[in-house]
Amino acid sequence: MTAAGREPGMAQVSYDDVKPGAELPQASYPVTRLSLVKYCGASGDFNMIHWNERIAKSVGLPDVIAHGMFTMAQAGRYVTDWAGPGAVVMEYGVRFSSMVVVPDDDIGATIEVSAVVEEKLDGNQVVLALTARSSDVKVLTRARAVVRLPG
Amino acid sequence: MAINRDYVGRRFEAADPYEVSRVKIADFARAIGDPNPIYRDRAAAQAAGFPDVIAPPTFAIVISMAGSSAALADPGLGINYAMVVHGEQRFEYARQLLAGDVVTAQTTISDIRDAGRNTLLTTSTEIRTVEGELVCTAYSTIAERGGAA
Repeated sequence: MTAAGREPGMAQVSYDDVKPGAELPQASYPVTRLSLVKYCGASGDFNMIHWNERIAKSVGLPDVIAHGMFTMAQAGRYVTDWAGPGAVVMEYGVRFSSMVVVPDDDIGATIEVSAVVEEKLDGNQVVLALTARSSDVKVLTRARAVVRLPG
Repeated sequence: MAINRDYVGRRFEAADPYEVSRVKIADFARAIGDPNPIYRDRAAAQAAGFPDVIAPPTFAIVISMAGSSAALADPGLGINYAMVVHGEQRFEYARQLLAGDVVTAQTTISDIRDAGRNTLLTTSTEIRTVEGELVCTAYSTIAERGGAA
């Protein structure tokens, strides 16, 4: 499940080929309890709301929720998959507008990511405006990445 | 217990420099489900124009958290971590983080304010090599839910 249906890191987008306003194809990224346990270990963020349903519910959450940074990482992967291996991410920011609730089943949740080329900047840089949804709710807003592409 | 406003402007630094390893980058890439070879294979990274394996964009959170967790763990700040959710995150990259980089993270608490029932705490963290080269600045806002209630 790559951003543009390509092998990740293989195809290269060039600056000259990018059109402002272009809509990039949507991609879906699964998130399960196992994803969150792995992410706890790899990131060092062991906040119990990301793996312990009892604690999550005791602090008023509907269930275990994904790390915001896990969601941000999926949208980041979307950007780098689209941009290709020679691209350099210069800036990347998001606002976490809603929680990704991850039920304790075999399916978990899905994060759907899409983007629009917002503008082209000097220096071979392009600005992507990203959208991320889970269960039809926007989980990221003000999500933008500035990527420097080969010419 | 409310978050202590006196902490605005305070700086915290991770205890030890962080050595970015190929193994850790690959581990992080696996955890986010990203199979991109430039996070694992030195030859693939070099073919893409980098001197070594690079880290995924959000890997910088691992390092910035080393600085910010020193702040959050300070009992005088008075934050209830179980009530914390992430509000905003932004990275500005001076260059890619590379395997082999040895970096430090210095976190400054830039703002503490109430927003509705929540208290928002904003930090900026500079990630620099031990030689002093700025690699990335991470801006983070976390919300303590009910902190202002």
